[in-house]
Amino acid sequence: MPFQIVKKEQLSDNMFRVTFHAPLVARRAQPGQFLMFRVDEFGERMPITISYFDREKGDVTVIMQRVGSTTALLASMNEGDYVADVVGPLGNPAEFDNMHKVIVVGGGSGCAIAWPQAKGAFDRGCHVDIVAGFRTKGIVVLEDEMRACCKNLYMMTDDGSYGEKGFTTVKLKELLEKAKAEGEQYDTCICIGPLPMMKFVCQITKEYGVHTMVDMNCIMIDGSGMCGGCRLTVDGQRKFTCVDGPEFDGHLVDFDEAIARSKIYEKQEARVFQRRHHCTLQELADREEAARKAAKEGK
Amino acid sequence: MATNLSPTKNPIPEQEPNVRNKNFDEVALGYTVELALDEANRCLQCRRPQCVTGCPVNVKIPDFIKLITQQDFKGAYHKILEDSSLPAICGRVCPQENQCESKCVRGIKGEPVGIGRLERFVADWVMQNADEMPEKPERNGHRVAVVGSGPAGLACASDLAKLGYDVTVFEHLHKAGGVLAYGIPEFRLPKALVQKEIDKLTALGVTIQCDATVGKALLIDELLSNDPDVGGYEAVFIGSGAGLPVFQNIPGLNYCGVFSANEFLTRINLMKAYDERYDTPLMPISKVCVVGAGNVAMDAARCAKRLGAEVTVVYRRGEKEIPARKEEYEHAKEEDIIFKLLTNPVEILADENGWVRGIRCIEMELGEPDARGRRRPVEKPGSEFEMECDAVIMALGTSPNPLLRKATPDMEYTEKGGIVADEHGVTTKPGVFAGGDAVTGAATVIKAMGAGKEAAAAIDRYIMKK
Ligand SMILES: Cc1cc2nc3c(=O)[nH]c(=O)nc-3n(C[C@H](O)[C@H](O)[C@H](O)COP(=O)(O)OP(=O)(O)OC[C@H]3O[C@@H](n4cnc5c(N)ncnc54)[C@H](O)[C@@H]3O)c2cc1C
Ligand SMILES: Cc1cc2nc3c(=O)[nH]c(=O)nc-3n(C[C@H](O)[C@H](O)[C@H](O)COP(=O)(O)OP(=O)(O)OC[C@H]3O[C@@H](n4cnc5c(N)ncnc54)[C@H](O)[C@@H]3O)c2cc1C
Ligand code: SF4
Ligand code: FES
Repeated sequence: MPFQIVKKEQLSDNMFRVTFHAPLVARRAQPGQFLMFRVDEFGERMPITISYFDREKGDVTVIMQRVGSTTALLASMNEGDYVADVVGPLGNPAEFDNMHKVIVVGGGSGCAIAWPQAKGAFDRGCHVDIVAGFRTKGIVVLEDEMRACCKNLYMMTDDGSYGEKGFTTVKLKELLEKAKAEGEQYDTCICIGPLPMMKFVCQITKEYGVHTMVDMNCIMIDGSGMCGGCRLTVDGQRKFTCVDGPEFDGHLVDFDEAIARSKIYEKQEARVFQRRHHCTLQELADREEAARKAAKEGK
Repeated sequence: MATNLSPTKNPIPEQEPNVRNKNFDEVALGYTVELALDEANRCLQCRRPQCVTGCPVNVKIPDFIKLITQQDFKGAYHKILEDSSLPAICGRVCPQENQCESKCVRGIKGEPVGIGRLERFVADWVMQNADEMPEKPERNGHRVAVVGSGPAGLACASDLAKLGYDVTVFEHLHKAGGVLAYGIPEFRLPKALVQKEIDKLTALGVTIQCDATVGKALLIDELLSNDPDVGGYEAVFIGSGAGLPVFQNIPGLNYCGVFSANEFLTRINLMKAYDERYDTPLMPISKVCVVGAGNVAMDAARCAKRLGAEVTVVYRRGEKEIPARKEEYEHAKEEDIIFKLLTNPVEILADENGWVRGIRCIEMELGEPDARGRRRPVEKPGSEFEMECDAVIMALGTSPNPLLRKATPDMEYTEKGGIVADEHGVTTKPGVFAGGDAVTGAATVIKAMGAGKEAAAAIDRYIMKK
């Protein structure tokens, strides 16, 4: 049963917002849950966080970074096209209990996942501050959305091309130090981004004793607890991200192991990309960039 | 009666071991008409046929074999269908040596009648020569929901549809079939056969809704409610299987290159990693160690072999205790899979980047029998050794998936997580029935199918009484 793409927007060079018509997914979706899509018969089952849902219309929206073959395939599709499968909502909803003063740290495409959670906390009356980090200006996304659901938004870029220059961890440390000095420490940190960033954020928040929730994105196949491919170690115990997560207490996650496991298919994925797209991701991006330039100059 | 007094079964033509261990085509090619007639003539047509008592669903074995001797293959097929829904599949994957064939009187002096091979023959013959799609029966106006499209769910849906029920099967994966689709490999059970059974269900009017996760997208209570979108079912059958992989607790389990058999087999069977056209990645493997010796382990080992790896199966008990079907074990050996029996892994070893480089094992010897009479393996002190490999596949069994359990707390479960149900599939929750691996834990196709049929009858009684 194919699923229609009802809306698609490009948010930045490599970020896309895609809305699927998938009433069964929309009807019980909650913030923090994810869906899996499969582009066509030959495609992989790809996990992705549900950013918005419209139960009335039966639509679900995801915000996706183009990083490899499958995400590039979806990015190349248009409104009105169909993907083979959309299944969900999977995983557990995010929990907002006992939160009052919250700091949200988002890294790159992680901001897409962090934003609905920040909104969830904000809508429940929490004090929310957001630190959003991006490599460079060209990939900044969701600034307005994030600004609308927090008290303070700190935009950071690695190269200083937008907002403040520096990593999210630097800003985080500064804010925690300040809050500590003022005697009003954050009670919760929600951190979503690349694994190494989450690892370092957790090291810092642990120092300050700030409870930290992370969203783990592991390699998945079925998303229902059947393959164990998404397993990780939390507090010395084996957990399956798809059914026990994706949200975990960041101070208990074995990040080094998760980082090693995330690299299992790196080489094969590059090959799949070549086969599907007849070029590398870089060449694809360059080609688009050239087309954009040409269009501009043409005008 | 029996005109063939040969003490041995007619062998089934097979692909040569050294050819088939490089392809994913079916291993056993099936009896020809001549072989089938010859084998059928070995049956003594016992008056009190023991074979039937050994069959979990009591297929009328001598009756269908007699029809074969009369060359009424279609009649034979329909005779089997009186008790079983999936003859083409069961003829291929049933552990006949523990069931019907273990009881066959011809097995006392010599080999039993090749009942499984004959079952497969009639199913294949009909499919090739006289296949017809079933007609859609008249509807009785009642609706039933089925959760899971494994053999339990398929059998339940099929029987209910034949009685006129409007049945919807909800399946989490993108393809129907359960283990038949994602677990058992193509070379043992061609997926086209499974698809055929599913097409027949559709022809009966059953709706199969893939990408529908019960317990997440829909709750059991919603299916049973009057909700105009998703409700309106008078009963629900749960055939959600036992898909949760069990991992042994040894150090190194999460290194790159350690897979559950479910993951490895799903990548290959469901996601077709061996087929160039599919995107599914699979890490390159050259030396594989499979832990365990059940059907699942044999399937994983034989798949790894077909991907070009050198494969060693490590099992802590002896040859006699191997739980896999004998045929699978024999096939695996013929395909040059190495067996290290009485050997237990103690640790998985990795390089500095966390990639598997080997496995440390210890030799075992058999000690006193345990509660089930199997001799308990005990470690031989000082016998540890290391074995080089770049992938480890854990095939130590599965248990019922907790997803549905978490979403449906108002039903009773066993300590091991199985749904509590009686022999008719009646659970502790009104209107909810269950069967197959979800109830029993990992078992067999035929038992799951039987449970699905039993529950269909119970559901019919339940709804008709309302
Ligand atoms: C629960 C969950 C929620 C997610 N939510 C989002 C989201 O909202 N937005 C978003 O952009 N992405 C999200 N992801 C990550 C997304 O699934 C991956 O980006 C995607 O799998 C990459 O597929 P690909 O074929 O395009 O790239 P590939 O060619 O498969 O891989 C390209 C690169 O991405 C890495 N990678 C592959 N799969 C994953 C994965 N599952 N997680 C992390 N890295 C991976 C590879 O190691 C490689 O370096 C989520 C993942 C999970 C498990
Ligand atoms: C590799 C392997 C080899 C085997 N070989 C043999 C053999 O040779 N002979 C033999 O007799 N038996 C064999 N078995 C065992 C046999 O396959 C199982 O006993 C049988 O398939 C159980 O059937 P089932 O219908 O209970 O469940 P399954 O076949 O497990 O099907 C359950 C289905 O339900 C779906 N599901 C689960 N939860 C949900 C949910 N919440 N919502 C929607 N859908 C859901 C699953 O995705 C799955 O498709 C083997 C098993 C494996 C894994
Ligand atoms: S027990 Fe053997 S010989 Fe007797 S009826 Fe059954 S198959 Fe035929
Ligand atoms: S994705 Fe298979 S168990 Fe989580």
